[in-house]
Amino acid sequence: MSDAGHDHDHRHEGGEPAPIALRVKALESLLVEKGYVDPAALDAIVELYEHRVGPRNGARVVARAWNDPAYRDWLLADGTAAVHALGYTGRQGEHLVAVANTPDVHNMVVCTLCSCYPWPVLGLPPVWYKSAPYRSRAVIEPRAVLADFGVALPAETTIRVWDSTAEIRYLVIPRRPADTDGWTEEALADLVTRDSMIGTGLARAPEGATP
Amino acid sequence: MNGAQDMGGMMGFGPVMPEDEAVRFHAPWERRALALTVAVGGGGVWNIDASRHMRESLHPADYLASSYYEIWTKGLERLLLAHGLVTAEELAQGRALEAPRPIPRVLSAEAALAAMAKGSSYDRPVATPARFAVGDRLRAREMNPRGHTRLPRYARGKLGTVEIVHGGYVLPDTHAHGQGENPQWLYCVRFSARELWGPEADPSLAVSIDAWESYLEPATP
Repeated sequence: MSDAGHDHDHRHEGGEPAPIALRVKALESLLVEKGYVDPAALDAIVELYEHRVGPRNGARVVARAWNDPAYRDWLLADGTAAVHALGYTGRQGEHLVAVANTPDVHNMVVCTLCSCYPWPVLGLPPVWYKSAPYRSRAVIEPRAVLADFGVALPAETTIRVWDSTAEIRYLVIPRRPADTDGWTEEALADLVTRDSMIGTGLARAPEGATP
Repeated sequence: MNGAQDMGGMMGFGPVMPEDEAVRFHAPWERRALALTVAVGGGGVWNIDASRHMRESLHPADYLASSYYEIWTKGLERLLLAHGLVTAEELAQGRALEAPRPIPRVLSAEAALAAMAKGSSYDRPVATPARFAVGDRLRAREMNPRGHTRLPRYARGKLGTVEIVHGGYVLPDTHAHGQGENPQWLYCVRFSARELWGPEADPSLAVSIDAWESYLEPATP
C-alpha cells in the first residue's frame, strides 16, 4: 500500500550507498533548510530521552508497588492512572497495563511487529528489544531467550508473554527480592533493573544476600 | 501486510544480545534519527500508524538487514517523499532545491517537550457494546490484508480466550491509510503455546496479543 514508489539508494561516488551517518546528516540538513524541523527541538528531544526519561522512572513505580499494597492494587487495576499519578506521563505511555510476577507466573513483554515499549517508565527501548532475535523468539521460545539473559525458571512456572500489538504498553512488576523487609522505596528502586520490568530479568538480590 | 516486520516465530536470527541499561545510543547519528522521526512526526502530516506501515513496506531484505534506527530513517524518507515534502534529488543532495510545502506545525523545543510529556491518547468511545467479554473463547480471523494490520500471522486462525477488554481504540488498519480512526473494541486475547505452535510447544507458555474486534470471531460461529 506504499505509494512512495521506489526506494532511492543515495548512491554517491563509487556507486556504494551512502553510509547511514551521512544519510541522516543529509536528511537533517535538508529538513532544517526546508523549515520542517527546528534544530532546537531535535536537541531537546535527544536530551529528554538520553538523560531524563529512562528506566529509573519505572523502578520507582515498582518500588512504590512493593512497599505500598494500596498502590500496588491500584497499579494492577488501572496502570495508566497509577503511573501517571507519579508524574510519568507522555508519548508511548498513554495507556498502561501493569502485570505482576508471582512464584507461579513470570511475565515477559515483546513487540513482535515493531518496537512498542513504555517510554515514560522505561525510556527508549534497548537495541535488543527491537532486534529480530528478540522479536522472533520471545513468543515461541521465551525460556531460551531468558537463558540468553542468564535467567532460568522452574519448568512448572507459567511463562506469560505479552505481545504489544496495539497502543497498550505493558510494565512487568518483578518479584520483590528476599531480605528487603523495611527497605525504603529509594533503596528498593536500586534493585529494579530495566530488564526485570520487561521480564527478561529478575530484580537484583540485595548485596551480601544469598541468591 | 505480510511483511518482514511480522517476526513472531521466525527462526535463525541467533541469540539475543543483552546490554547494560545505561547504553542509550550506539552512534551519534542514532540520536538525530530518533529526534528527526519524532519531531517531523509531531508536525502532523501523518500519524503513527502510517509511520509503522511505511517502515513495514520496506523491502523485506532491506528491513531485515537494517538496524532499527535505519528502518526509522528509511521510513521517514519515504513518508517525506510520499507526501511531496521533499524530492529524491533533495534527499540525495542534502539540500533544498524546491520551496517547502506548508505543514500543520513545526515544533519548537518547548512545543516538542510539551508534546512528548502529553503524548497522544488512542482510546475513543465506541457506540456499540463490546461483542466479547472476559473469558469468552474466540478465534483470530484468518486474514491477509494488503494494507496495514496489527494481527500477527502467528495468531491468525488460532483459538484464544479474552483476558482483558481494553475499551475502544483507533483502528490502525484504516488509520494508517488515511481512512479514519474507526474506533473498535480492543481485547487482550490469550493463546496457549500449543494452540499457536503445536503439540510440541512448551506447555507452560501462554502468549497474548491485543486485537481489535474485527480481527476476531466467536470460537463457534
